Amino acid sequence: MTTVTLAHNRISLALHEVRPGTGRPLLLLHGLGESAASMTRLDVGWDGPVWALDFTGHGDSTVPFGGGYSCEILMADADIALRELGEATVVGRGLGAYIALLIAGARSSIVRGAVLLDGPGLAGGAVHVTSNTETTTVERAGQAPDPWALIELSHDARPPTYVTTFARLALNGSGIPDPIAVACKVTPPWVEAISAEPGVLTDIGLQEALDIYAQI
Amino acid sequence: MLFCVHGGSDFAGTFDVFAPLLAAAGWRVVAWDHRGHGDSDHAALYGWDADIRDALSVMSRVTSAPAPVVAHSKGGALMMQLADGSPYRISRLVNIDGMPSKRRMPDVPDHDQSRLLADSIASWLDFRHVAGDSNRKPGTLAELAQRRGKMNPRLSTEWLEYLVTIGARQDEDGWRWKLDPTMRFGGFGPWRPEWASLRMAALTVPFLGLLGTSDEPMGWGARARDVRPFLPAGGRLELLDGVGHFIHIEEPDLVAGMVLEFLS
Repeated sequence: MTTVTLAHNRISLALHEVRPGTGRPLLLLHGLGESAASMTRLDVGWDGPVWALDFTGHGDSTVPFGGGYSCEILMADADIALRELGEATVVGRGLGAYIALLIAGARSSIVRGAVLLDGPGLAGGAVHVTSNTETTTVERAGQAPDPWALIELSHDARPPTYVTTFARLALNGSGIPDPIAVACKVTPPWVEAISAEPGVLTDIGLQEALDIYAQI
Repeated sequence: MLFCVHGGSDFAGTFDVFAPLLAAAGWRVVAWDHRGHGDSDHAALYGWDADIRDALSVMSRVTSAPAPVVAHSKGGALMMQLADGSPYRISRLVNIDGMPSKRRMPDVPDHDQSRLLADSIASWLDFRHVAGDSNRKPGTLAELAQRRGKMNPRLSTEWLEYLVTIGARQDEDGWRWKLDPTMRFGGFGPWRPEWASLRMAALTVPFLGLLGTSDEPMGWGARARDVRPFLPAGGRLELLDGVGHFIHIEEPDLVAGMVLEFLS
């Protein structure tokens, strides 16, 4: 597997080529606590090259000191990868599914369809303010997956009004009739919210969605 | 002893006139530069929870007993969250203009807000591509003070120039603010200002809120009518007419007196 190292501020991101191909790339985004390696087991029919990214604090990417994670930073990780790949279709699993939605809205002109799959970190945190927990120390600091990533990205807030904004940006900016495909069985509130939006395919499988996006 | 907590883009040195007034009354005053600010290390990542953990780390190094906290702006909102999650840590809380309220951009239609949001996200993402190479613009001491003056129009030139000597470093080509140049707030995100208000209402520590009535670029634009419904039980809100966001800098003696009376 070929690996490209990309700079995202003070982080080195590992972008792995899962397999070569001809045509538009497919970018795979892993779940919380996983790595690109977990995405290589995904059985997908896709003619173009298939790439998988290690998010900050995961896999072979840098584990920073002291946490400070947000889903928006991981969205920027995906954007760094897209700058390398160009136009791509994105498949995200768990937390990666949420990031796939964000980047599909934020970079609607280069994300040619985003498929959302079940996986760790799919639910995220509450859709509203919550009580706080105190976390002062962790073991395994400095190792991937970064424990601060597991802590901070497992309870990030995902209010419906926020996530639907990204679904609408994807629809308005992509020129694709249905730029988001919800292929996950679990439907936390944020998934329910976007599933009710125009431009979001539901009751669809991964390969079926990829076949649609491959035609775009 | 008590802790002073600075706001976003600031540093502990902004308490250099105010804190000695508390110290003169017998308090040991401890303040720290948040990550990426002042003399603290620049980090790879920045986040609200990380700032709170950093605060807990500092507090735990200094004392294991609950202590009073005087916090300004973003520091005030951070400390309300810390007081909510770790009430044993804070004995009394003074929040200086760090009480956000639910106010939207006025007179901007929804479709324009969506466009502004899309532009804001794209701009932030573009910046992430070059953030690692970014550096703060150098200038003379007076030029840095002038730049800061645009954000702090109510503060004196003498004070702003003093801040440069603390919050900036002198390189060969001029002065640069120490604030991590990779820090840039995107203007978007899932957080809603009213969440801080809900946390404020739940606080059990004695609470004093101070609010200036004059808007400033770095202020949060909260109004007394926005804040009062969310005051915690027994909490007080004091308004300072004709004062801006940096209440403790504009009126150090007055604010120190109010704080000392509250702490007594």
